[in-house]
Amino acid sequence: MHINPKHVLIAGVILCIAIVGISFRFGEQLKPVRAAVGSVFTPMQKGINIVGTFISDKLDNFKNINDLLAENEDLKQQINMLTYENKMLLQDKYELDGLRELYELDQKYLDYPKVAARVISKDPGNWYSVFTIDKGTKDGLAKGMNVMAGNGLVGIITECYYNYSIVRSIIDDKSNVWGMFLKSSDDCVVQGDLQLMDEGKIRVELISRDAEIMDGYEVVTSHISPNFHQGILIGYISNIELDSSNMTKSAYLTPAVDFDHLEEVLIITELKEQPQLKEPPTDTEVTIDVDALAETDEDTDTLIDEENQVDVNSDTASDEDTNTGDYDTEIGNDATTNSDVTE
Amino acid sequence: MKRIIVYFLEIIILFVIQTSTFHYFGLANIMPNLLLILVVSTAYMRGRMTGLGIGFFTGLLVDIVYGELIGLYAFIYMIIGYFMGYANKIYSNDDYTLPIFFVAVSDFVYGFFYYIFGFLLRGRLNLLFYMRRIILPEIIYTVAASVFLYKILNIINNRLDRIEIEGE
Repeated sequence: MHINPKHVLIAGVILCIAIVGISFRFGEQLKPVRAAVGSVFTPMQKGINIVGTFISDKLDNFKNINDLLAENEDLKQQINMLTYENKMLLQDKYELDGLRELYELDQKYLDYPKVAARVISKDPGNWYSVFTIDKGTKDGLAKGMNVMAGNGLVGIITECYYNYSIVRSIIDDKSNVWGMFLKSSDDCVVQGDLQLMDEGKIRVELISRDAEIMDGYEVVTSHISPNFHQGILIGYISNIELDSSNMTKSAYLTPAVDFDHLEEVLIITELKEQPQLKEPPTDTEVTIDVDALAETDEDTDTLIDEENQVDVNSDTASDEDTNTGDYDTEIGNDATTNSDVTE
Repeated sequence: MKRIIVYFLEIIILFVIQTSTFHYFGLANIMPNLLLILVVSTAYMRGRMTGLGIGFFTGLLVDIVYGELIGLYAFIYMIIGYFMGYANKIYSNDDYTLPIFFVAVSDFVYGFFYYIFGFLLRGRLNLLFYMRRIILPEIIYTVAASVFLYKILNIINNRLDRIEIEGE
């Protein structure tokens, strides 16, 4: 029996288009298939990483003394923790200054529980910055959780399976994050950009024309972001320019995290709560936007009307303690403020 | 049957190596496209049908584990496998330069396809930048890797041929 390869090709092309259609339409139902295949490969990737790390460690031993390496590693981690803590405290200070000026202040501190995980593999292509970590639903992770490393934001979990999760980093070309200038509280959108990645920078857009900002200002995640917790450091701004529209400014941002040498990350095991309205909306436009917000499955922040966000965001999360205690590492007391400013 | 198992193992091993975080492996953040080398050299050694099949399954694996839409990688790899299968007509067992040339051409096609589906459709028009930053370095690095990888794959293929002839 002989089959013409041409016919097989045509059948294959039709099959591919069909699969694309099916996965586009029924993406959620296909999740078990992905999870099954991924669960098979994760141990292998983990294994090969252990081998690779083992070999590189042995090579390093020729050059350095083992003890020194370990100590260095520990100290670096400590520095990361301390810088992060310091950043948080500094931020609290700015916040406090602002709040002291107001007479009524209502402060809520949130302890974000965290889990550490190891980066085990990356996207096979060279186009995107998506990677896999070795913890999944069994360690209490879920889709939409924020990922940090050291003292800055790394990205967000876009897919979570039993023993691994996929993280989209903020330098990815498809990533959009609502940011905020720590000192002036102006909002902006931080966008990943492949073209700027080589310079170690990403793009910041939609800064208000009147924003009083300067090079070197810190950008943190904004309170209006539906997916990211408030106050996580993203990076430092530079090259501020007025857009040709004369309405907004854009700039470059140097991320606080070294994405080239990302080996271990911290995941905040608390989801940002979806903001809810206190009273039923009267305006039709508001209803639409809130619906869109509630349904948003996007892994990146959706751009939503700012005015909406403000009144939507006025009631913030209850700060119940979700520490269950069986996480691998818990770094307590990295508190961030979440204030009710509206009266 | 034996051949299918060997192909299966080849796909899995190269996939795991390619997605692993071997930093010392990648130059300037670019990884060689090992799976593409596998598809091209198998198609070159075995013809259109095998190229098409192995391309489809390789792409499907990448799609299932990493793709957002299942089927895109499968499509690209399958097309490349099929057309590289035509090169089987000029296949010669001890020619080590021709397959490397084919790898370079297919990697360019692969990168170009990927740019169209992943970037051009999202309005990123700066083709020259992506060409310089990703497509060209990937081709160079993939070609370098294929010098070794093709030799290994060729040896495996020859051994399989011998086993099959003995079996008959």
